[in-house]
Amino acid sequence: MRDSDTKDLELTRTLAAPGEPFVWLTAMGLALGLIMVVGLLGVIVANGLPVFWPSKIVEVHLKPGVKNPLPNSGDTLTGELVQTREKRIPVLSATGDKIEDQTEIQIFVGNKDVNGSGFAFLNNTDIASLSEPRGIYRLERMEYGIAFAYPKSLQLADGTSVPANSPAFTQTLARLDAESAARRSEIEKIEKHDIGAINSRITQLRAKGKGSPESLKEIAALDADYQLLAAKARELRAIQAAAALIYTTPNGIERRLPVGELVAFNLPNTLDFTQKLGLFFHNIWNFLSLDPREANTEGGIFPAIFGTFVMTLLMSLAVVPFGVVAAIYLREYARQGLAVRAVRIAVNNLAGVPSIVFGVFGLGFFVYFVGASIDSTFFGEYLPTPTFGTGGILWAAATLALMTVPVVIVATEEALAAVPRGMREGSLSCGASKWQTIQRIILPASLPGILTGLILAMARGAGEVAPLMLVGVVKLAPSLPIDGAFPFVHLERKFMHLGFHIYDLGFQSPDSEAAKPMVFATTLLLILLVVVLNLAAILIREKLRKRYATGAF
Amino acid sequence: METTVNTTTEGRPDFISIRDFSFFYGKKQALFDISLDIPERQVTAFIGPSGCGKSTLLRNLNRMNDLIDGIRHSGDIVVNGRSIYDPHIEVISLRKRVGMVFQKSNPFPKSIYENVVYPLRVSGQNKKSVLDETVERSLQGAALWDEVKDRLHESGLSLSGGQMQRLCIARAIANRPEILLMDEPCSALDPIATVKVEELIRELKQEFTIVIVTHNMQQATRCSDRTAFFYLGKLVEFDETPKIFSNPAQKQTEDYITGRFG
Repeated sequence: MRDSDTKDLELTRTLAAPGEPFVWLTAMGLALGLIMVVGLLGVIVANGLPVFWPSKIVEVHLKPGVKNPLPNSGDTLTGELVQTREKRIPVLSATGDKIEDQTEIQIFVGNKDVNGSGFAFLNNTDIASLSEPRGIYRLERMEYGIAFAYPKSLQLADGTSVPANSPAFTQTLARLDAESAARRSEIEKIEKHDIGAINSRITQLRAKGKGSPESLKEIAALDADYQLLAAKARELRAIQAAAALIYTTPNGIERRLPVGELVAFNLPNTLDFTQKLGLFFHNIWNFLSLDPREANTEGGIFPAIFGTFVMTLLMSLAVVPFGVVAAIYLREYARQGLAVRAVRIAVNNLAGVPSIVFGVFGLGFFVYFVGASIDSTFFGEYLPTPTFGTGGILWAAATLALMTVPVVIVATEEALAAVPRGMREGSLSCGASKWQTIQRIILPASLPGILTGLILAMARGAGEVAPLMLVGVVKLAPSLPIDGAFPFVHLERKFMHLGFHIYDLGFQSPDSEAAKPMVFATTLLLILLVVVLNLAAILIREKLRKRYATGAF
Repeated sequence: METTVNTTTEGRPDFISIRDFSFFYGKKQALFDISLDIPERQVTAFIGPSGCGKSTLLRNLNRMNDLIDGIRHSGDIVVNGRSIYDPHIEVISLRKRVGMVFQKSNPFPKSIYENVVYPLRVSGQNKKSVLDETVERSLQGAALWDEVKDRLHESGLSLSGGQMQRLCIARAIANRPEILLMDEPCSALDPIATVKVEELIRELKQEFTIVIVTHNMQQATRCSDRTAFFYLGKLVEFDETPKIFSNPAQKQTEDYITGRFG
């Protein structure tokens, strides 16, 4: 009897144990969230980073009788292994239809100019053996992407040629590559910067000079300059085409590649670990610092990083003053009543409006109304070509600022409300006016809270894509919103954005298979950019917290 | 700022004159027909149990209660001959003449120096020599100068509780007000800090008219010249402090000061 009593007691205790199941339940909620975040980041990192790691080139030997997916290639196929995947195919057999699993290998074969497509798929069962040819080159070209090649010789500009088996070959190739890179940037400087400046000046003169003799004279002078520069660019281009690399593709077709078209080259199968590591970081740096090539699937994404950064900064500059001023009125001046409560609810609801609606509003209001008004007032001579009356980075930033302003208002209101009452009374009792109190005491003390609002706004704004598509983001912007040409900051320009770049690469690209790694790498970068911007704001906030800590009470 | 020339040590006996003053928070009446004359350059203590309206009255002397929604008053408060509710007087200029020290010390999250000169800065005074002179005078006036003179540019929040309260006193007297209101200035301080603040009050009365709200009966006897006892929003008794504490006229007063209630 006593025994069972003790048992009952123990049982009750376990069941009614102080909230134990709820601790588990809440912990599970957090754990689930963490797992999903870590999983997402893991997938992005795992898919994004290997893009930059140089992989080996394999030669695949097919079993006899198997159809080679590449034309004129016999029974071999050369390229980089991309992935292995299972596919289920229906198989006809004596007993009837059944489904069989088969392993399929995706191979990046490059040489798009010869093969037509960059990728080939093979059934695992069709492969006889694999080998790693040591002498094969990986050539990065301006056009047609990567080539896998066995070099034959170098044709120099003076007509001599260096055969691939001579000891000077690699050195000469490296030298030619460096020279052509220098010439390429010179051509770009002439065409983009110098000729661009002349063009914009001529457009300006045509619009403003209205055919006056002085303007015509200046246009003629500029035209002469233009001819000179264009001739120089033509000359450089001719030099770029003079020397060439002669190589054969793995299926034996001989090609001629002018060195001007060669971006980079290496021998992937002979690289040791340190060389690979060097190449890895080199690739990452190129990705971060170069302009995109070939419908954005090759090259870097610097303009998109820069565009996202500048747009987020502009958005912050617009959203903070606007949100803070609104919050000050709501919290400090407005009579707390039904009307203010209604406004507050409306502001909170504004945060829930789909972002595309803000995009449409931005297009209708900022671009077509404000922008067009600016154009007709200040840039009338350029019409019908719009200056501000079309999507641009300024309107994109303004639209996002409008979208994120509720976040800043709510955070600022909370920060203002958290300033101790004693502080306000102390200031007022010193004979300060209400505005002096707000400006000298309340605002500094609530700055950390305001920055929290800004952090949330930036995190939301930097990753937004849908509204931007309507108000100024483009697939490929010819120039950056900030550059060396007067007046240096060009807020009317269209810009590139990492978020839109992801969408464009993944879903609008002509070769989405080739763009897939870039999608992951770009996603990784966008997340990193948001983290960096947030970290900066958090650091500033911590500094301010220390300075304006509201005491021991 | 007006200065009254007084040849006698006794100042004007009705420097602050509260006349039939009633005060309402919304529908709730907090003060009932208070009439009271506070003499110049003396310490007047308001005592009474919690919720008796003594703080409310004090906060009306510099119109600090204006911040609260739905307040209403009748009667008048006259300081040095002029009504503080005179529509021609700006509340800011009134507060410049009436300094205030709060129950909870409330230094600003600024340096000690900036805390003290804040009243001057908001009046548009930015001349360094004037500010420097004010900091030294006010901190000396608040008996804090020797402790902080070497670290004037450290945060005001780095001080101890007692020092913070004296910093607030220094701030309250920086602009040379005529009146100093103190709302339980020692309730958050330890006994040693309390003694210092009380000594300070006795010194400051040479220059200022002080009104102090306190819960501490000993404090009222130690540092006030006159004491007003409030109960449930009414002024029960107002007389010289020794008289109130030794021979009160009202039974309620006697009950309160002997600790029978409150």
